[in-house]
Amino acid sequence: MKDLVNKPVSRRVVLAGGAAATAMLAMPSILRAQDKSLKVGVYGGYFKDSFDKNIFPEFTKVTGIAVESVAEPTGEAWLVQLEQAAKAGAAPADVSMMSQVAMLKGQSTDLWAPLDVAKIKNAGNLIDRFVNKYPDGRIAGIGAVSWYITLVTNTDVYKEAPTSWEALWDPANADKLGLLALVSNSFLLEVTAKTFFGGTNALDTEEGLQKAFDKLAEVKPNVRLWYRDEAQFEQSLKSGEIPMGQYYHDVTGLAAADGNPVRSTFPKEGGIQDSGCWALSRASTKVEEAHVFIDYMSQPSIQAILSRKVGTSPTVKRELTDLTAEEFAAVSSDIEPIIPRYDLYQTKSDWLNQKWTELIVG
Amino acid sequence: MRREAPQKIGDYAPLFFPATMLIVFFVVPFATMIAVSFFQRQQAGFYVPAFVLSNYERFISWFFANVLGFSLMLAVVVAICCVVLALPFTYLLTRMQRKVQIVWLVALLSVLSLSEVIIGFAWSTLFSRTAGITNLLVMAGILSEAKALLPSFGAVLTGMVYQAFPYTVLVLYPALVRLDPTLTEAARTLGASPVKAFFTVVVPALRNTITATLIMVFIFALGSYLLPQLLGRPQHWTLSVLITDQAIYQSNMPFAAAMAVFLVLVTLGLVALTVIAGRKGEAA
Repeated sequence: MKDLVNKPVSRRVVLAGGAAATAMLAMPSILRAQDKSLKVGVYGGYFKDSFDKNIFPEFTKVTGIAVESVAEPTGEAWLVQLEQAAKAGAAPADVSMMSQVAMLKGQSTDLWAPLDVAKIKNAGNLIDRFVNKYPDGRIAGIGAVSWYITLVTNTDVYKEAPTSWEALWDPANADKLGLLALVSNSFLLEVTAKTFFGGTNALDTEEGLQKAFDKLAEVKPNVRLWYRDEAQFEQSLKSGEIPMGQYYHDVTGLAAADGNPVRSTFPKEGGIQDSGCWALSRASTKVEEAHVFIDYMSQPSIQAILSRKVGTSPTVKRELTDLTAEEFAAVSSDIEPIIPRYDLYQTKSDWLNQKWTELIVG
Repeated sequence: MRREAPQKIGDYAPLFFPATMLIVFFVVPFATMIAVSFFQRQQAGFYVPAFVLSNYERFISWFFANVLGFSLMLAVVVAICCVVLALPFTYLLTRMQRKVQIVWLVALLSVLSLSEVIIGFAWSTLFSRTAGITNLLVMAGILSEAKALLPSFGAVLTGMVYQAFPYTVLVLYPALVRLDPTLTEAARTLGASPVKAFFTVVVPALRNTITATLIMVFIFALGSYLLPQLLGRPQHWTLSVLITDQAIYQSNMPFAAAMAVFLVLVTLGLVALTVIAGRKGEAA
């Protein structure tokens, strides 16, 4: 079960190991002589292991395209490398799984080769928001996987599950919360806007953002831990040391299945849905193979395998998959999700980061 | 063996390897960092080579002054705590039998093999409400109820002192072993108590060593970024934590580099001041 414990860390957090992996990636790799091959970047650790085991061998069997998987660090380090390699005409990976903010930043320098939907017939299966487009309508990326951040509680401490994100503001929960430490991965501004100001559109203006920051400042006395390292919060949640907070729905489910007294609740305002896209570097010469790969990954049956084996939420419409109600609930919910305002983390990132840091540190 | 001044270039050969290492792994990265700190940040993308001062301008604010001040204060307190604890400890250690010394030194060295992550998690468990040391106090009847000792400044300080203590002992040990035992014996013969002899003879004789150790532990503690996150509240985060945030999570390399350069300059300045003050004291 060690893998499960390590999963969130290796999948979403940049570790020092990422730097080592990076150094290795920078070296020219020797491609095996193969008729058709494709280098695919996936988050190192649990994600890469799961894909290597459950997805890639079958893909090669079906399409004859050999996959060389590359462990990529999360955060934006991989984006920087792809960008610098593309300037030199090289692609450390042809197709990479990228976060939404990284997609937008890559768009600003035309890093992503536009995808041709005519060659991706399964693209029609996708939920609209998982098709990432350039401002002029060209397609920059196709949704790979998505996951939820929800309201989690320790069942020994909270006999009743909370129903709303408002629980974070409840004075009764003083010094009991564990929240993510960064503005761009906690998405708490969006949660505040959806819970108190009618929706994330309230963040369109600077006044709206200021109001959200002011409201969020009221949460501070309730927060015991602002975490970057997910293992730290998970441990405290299981032991009841920090009995409430925001955390990943899939991992919490796995922890509960292991017998830990934890639960994940989709509040009535919705869980936070974050996602990753498949994107093709403009320096890649494997355009055909990349389209075949993205098409393959967008099949409902493959998305269902990902839900079962990796714990991600499908990026295709639910009714197309053969997931049972129970399997679907383990990774997702029918409640309308809170979609992060990724655009803000591109256009206002420094301002938001500064305000946020001053809010929690000051 | 007779020593000769180097005659040919070949005589300098043994220096080539360390010099190359120093250039490749220190001079080049540091120069790159200084260069990047003047680059123009592109908020929607990366950065472009330029010469702008905006990264330094952003840093010059009360907010960052406070964070920098806290980081320096924390490092100073850690250094003082370590030396205050390690000096008597090492002194007593050098008076013990050889065998006992070896056991202690091996134990201290094994602490060095622990990573910061393990130290952080271990202390966060020890200080927790559910599994921590306060439960022992409750069992002993000293406390009525177990409570969490973290996140707090005390927890951060404990973790960092624990981490730096072995280094402190290992730096002090050689100087204390070489200290002439007849000095203290003379003091004792003249009627000084062991404690008085320690403070009036041992400590002044080791003044330079103590200063050097303080500086070393100070610099060591200044770089810490994991323990303040694991054991402290956001107001206990050091500048290193914010540098990491900028570099890794915001991909704002120019600003991260500017903060790092500033931290290095302030550190060098403080060390220089300490050394100058030490020399003046000696001259007086």
